[in-house]
Amino acid sequence: MADVYVVGVGIHPFGRTDGLSGLQQGAYAVRQALSDAGLDWNDVQFGFGGSDSSGNADSIVNELGLTGLPVINVKNGCATGGSAMIGAWQGIASGQYDVGVALGFDKHPRGAFNAMPAEYNLPNWYGEVGMMVTTQFFAMKLQRYMAAYGITNTTLGRVAEKAFDNAVHAEHAWRRAPVDLDTILNSQMINDPLTKYMFCSPGEGGVALILASEKKARELGRTDVRVKAAAVRTRPPGSFEVFAPSVDIERGGAPTLLASKAAFEMAGLGPKDIDVAQLQDTESGAEIMHMAENGFCADGEQEEWLAEGWSRIGGKLPVNTDGGCLACGEPIGASGLRQVYENVIQLRGLGGGRQVPGDPKTAYTHVYGAPGISGVTILQR
Amino acid sequence: MIAITEGLFTDGAQPCLIGGRHVESGRIVFPCPGGDARYAPETLPNKGTVWSWTIQRFRPKSPPYTGPEAFEPFAIAYIELTGAVIVEGPLINVAFDAITIGMPVETVLVPHATDAQGRTVMSYAFTPVQEGSTHG
Repeated sequence: MADVYVVGVGIHPFGRTDGLSGLQQGAYAVRQALSDAGLDWNDVQFGFGGSDSSGNADSIVNELGLTGLPVINVKNGCATGGSAMIGAWQGIASGQYDVGVALGFDKHPRGAFNAMPAEYNLPNWYGEVGMMVTTQFFAMKLQRYMAAYGITNTTLGRVAEKAFDNAVHAEHAWRRAPVDLDTILNSQMINDPLTKYMFCSPGEGGVALILASEKKARELGRTDVRVKAAAVRTRPPGSFEVFAPSVDIERGGAPTLLASKAAFEMAGLGPKDIDVAQLQDTESGAEIMHMAENGFCADGEQEEWLAEGWSRIGGKLPVNTDGGCLACGEPIGASGLRQVYENVIQLRGLGGGRQVPGDPKTAYTHVYGAPGISGVTILQR
Repeated sequence: MIAITEGLFTDGAQPCLIGGRHVESGRIVFPCPGGDARYAPETLPNKGTVWSWTIQRFRPKSPPYTGPEAFEPFAIAYIELTGAVIVEGPLINVAFDAITIGMPVETVLVPHATDAQGRTVMSYAFTPVQEGSTHG
């Protein structure tokens, strides 16, 4: 497989944008990414993209121009962005194309996601009795993890506190004001042990990446950021996932373990080689559990990590440098590509007040979502 | 009275959930997949222990939720039915701050809602095992 470079990135600010559809926010991101790369829409040979609830990505041609290019629609839950990137990466790595776009966008109404049982091949009673609620799963996975490994509520609060502190410096973030630890810990309880400030909110936004072959990247003078790995995995036997009426007593793996292992093998790197990481933080506990599932620490060590600030900017492994989902919100289709966008900014050294010091060279992203899917990318400068 | 769905639980003094046993591997799932010859219905143990839990503090969206409009927070848990499978369900008759992982519980049937014909719709829940209970 040939090397693939990220030659342009664009983002429509996350949050709420009245008057712009999800697709229009995606188009905004593509225009910005093209401008960043020094390319025109006419130069783009193909695209992969998607949203969860804002329609098909191929409609983007109405916004950007009827050039006839192929655009493949991706609908892969929380891994939509990651899957779009894999598609674009493979199209170039295979030698078929020189320039492609990976695109993700979304626009969700306020409140928790409103999933219906039939969409997940579940019986109606499961939703009727009140169990078709994603936040319950996150709370129950976390409750058991906390009991097993001695994770405290204070540590959950510190994850959210860090997210809001980082987002102050991220122009694309939604919630950009610091929130102190006491406020986080004492805010409204949503699903015990998780309070309001420990959950991300469904939101809006769009992200686009322009990927290119080595030849094209050289022409553009943009050979700084290379895609070293991109992998998506579904769940193995014995895993514990969103919307599970039952779970095997014999515990097994997790989709994140599989995706992480595959990506590290693909890149020829290990967790200790990573300089900055964006990890799925649907809620505070998810970031904590995903630190271990992705191999960055052992189960239980997160207490010390958060107390010592090791995952803060300037720590030994900065995590969610733009505030992650907690501060940016989660437009499902765009969320995974936001992580990659943030890593490109960090690798280029353009993070401003949130820039990871020490000239980071390797950057890791991880998404997780229903019904048990995980996507990981690794970039290298 | 009507069950929320057919084939979900047995009734009687000690109601039990009905899971599905994968005929080849022996793996047990809940509920029993309908119309799937690979699974045979399996009556699950009435008793188990709390595997994990949370409190549902906001009213789930309707649809699909059909519980009361006047919402009261409720406990929800995964229960390890001894030797069989871990199942998800509401946990009742317990103070929220008294719930612990490992707490012994048993399966009960509870009224969930009233349907359009005025019938009580029954569903299942778990309740702490009473002190001195001798049920096997």
